[in-house]
Amino acid sequence: MGYSMVLDQFNNILESLKEDYKIFAPKVFKDKGTYSDTDMIRYGEISSVKEIEFDQKSYYSAKELILPITQTLFYFTEDNVIEPKVDNEKGIIIFLRSCDINAIERLDEIYLRNGQEDPYYKKLREKVKLVLIECKNSFENCFCVSMGSNKTEDYSLFIRKKDNDILVDLKDDEFLRYFETYDKSEVLPNFIESNEIKVNIPANLGIDAFSYDLWEDYSSRCISCGRCSTVCGTCSCFTMQDIFYSDNLSTGERRRVWASCQIDGYTTMAGGHEYRKDKGERMRFKTMHKIYDFNKRFGYQMCVGCGRCDDACPEYISFSHCINKLDKLVKEVK
Amino acid sequence: MKNNIYLPFKSKIIDIIPQTDIDFTFRMEFKGDVKPGQFFEVSIPKYGEAPISVSEIGEDYVDLTIRRVGKVTDIIHTFSQGQHLFLRGPYGNGFDINIYKNKEIIIAAGGTGLAPVKGVIDYFIKNLEEVKKFTLICGFKSPKDILFKEEVEKWNKYIDVMLTVDESDEEYNGRKGLITEHIKDISIKNLDETNVIVVGPPIMMEFTTKEFIKRGINEENIWVSHERKMCCGVGKCGHCKINDVYICLDGPVFNYSKAKALVD
Repeated sequence: MGYSMVLDQFNNILESLKEDYKIFAPKVFKDKGTYSDTDMIRYGEISSVKEIEFDQKSYYSAKELILPITQTLFYFTEDNVIEPKVDNEKGIIIFLRSCDINAIERLDEIYLRNGQEDPYYKKLREKVKLVLIECKNSFENCFCVSMGSNKTEDYSLFIRKKDNDILVDLKDDEFLRYFETYDKSEVLPNFIESNEIKVNIPANLGIDAFSYDLWEDYSSRCISCGRCSTVCGTCSCFTMQDIFYSDNLSTGERRRVWASCQIDGYTTMAGGHEYRKDKGERMRFKTMHKIYDFNKRFGYQMCVGCGRCDDACPEYISFSHCINKLDKLVKEVK
Repeated sequence: MKNNIYLPFKSKIIDIIPQTDIDFTFRMEFKGDVKPGQFFEVSIPKYGEAPISVSEIGEDYVDLTIRRVGKVTDIIHTFSQGQHLFLRGPYGNGFDINIYKNKEIIIAAGGTGLAPVKGVIDYFIKNLEEVKKFTLICGFKSPKDILFKEEVEKWNKYIDVMLTVDESDEEYNGRKGLITEHIKDISIKNLDETNVIVVGPPIMMEFTTKEFIKRGINEENIWVSHERKMCCGVGKCGHCKINDVYICLDGPVFNYSKAKALVD
């Protein structure tokens, strides 16, 4: 069902929605960028449509909203473990692009379907409503078309901002009451049909690829900073951490924090033995996970081609180039 | 939260049985289904969690044989009988006893690798008629590192036990050398129906498995148990993943025909 309205009217809707939902969208954080006098675009709470950054890619994905960077699993006292209270009052609305909606599908796979459900993820995920925003043009380093994540049907609302007007496609009846008094107008999202970067996922990829020299190229280039995983919408790993309160050593909490297969210590076991010490091995592990292993296990590719890993790497390592180099090698070997 | 997979429960330490200077068996209160080869996440608030294999399964207890090698296990070793530890589990697939019934079985265990397979040994010692032939070959660094010493002696009365140590002083009269050096001495009646379980440090598993294949054991009849940093134990954290496999969910016990394709 489609509607059209002017910006202020949409802002009124946001105002009403705020009573029941926390609303998040990519927004500009002035002067908060990595370098001097640069801005940071990341997810933050918004009150009006003017705050939404429609034209630039956000540095981080929306995953932190349903998979917090740090999350308390429980508190402990001397003898007991106590679960944290969860804010049940409000739902969560997230404005995001097609690739990012597809990325959330990958997180759902791990947290809801790979073994038992994760109760903390589920609690947040059930509160989330997704609002699709379009990409007018493909951004730098994006290769969503190659990964098939340029399109999605999985949204409650789609909104298009056109000058002073907002066009809405509504799929979720829960939102109907906010929109039904407005003019009806048909609108459907336009999806990116082509990116500058094209990636060929190697056909017939198998474990022979583990022994390619290609991976060694990354042994000296990668610095194990883990930025690629931090910005990735599909990286879902975490490490558990116990902390205790310095003013009361009998109480503390167990948390989980984001982790990455690219950083030191990820595979270290008790006694000090570490698998994949070499950074090239870690790059191989990540690459194969994103374009081979996940697909083998769940039936679709993990990487959504948002290109944020390439945007973020301080060593200019390009994941899309890596996939294409791998494809070339596989073809040469076969 | 209902069915919170991360929430540990309190379990009383019924007994502590010293094995070596650094290995102790903690007998923990537990009622429920457990299979040999499965593991529990053992935790102490403020110190963290560690995955520990089950080394014996009783009606109302499980044994966890814990080596003092890190932050969590160091603190566990300061605990005494009557105190409590926190547990989650059991996790993992464990050994399917039925696979080995009415066949010849060889277990090759290196060091603490004897703990996860001890449940299989215990089962067949009690049900000797269910196995055609049973050989245990276990290797330790030195005589003072031998685990389950009394049990090994007891088992020796019922099954073939080959115990070897990597190194020892002159007073030690037993078998010496790595497990791999003694595999040629194991008597096997029927190669085709013999099942082999290999558990131990990664390098021991690799070469021991190769030796058994050299002797003519089918890959499909070899079983290994992998050890990894299993941080969550429930297929979420990703630490134990190799290729498309999550050791905590799909393992730790694997058939070698599958395990050989797992490349770290």
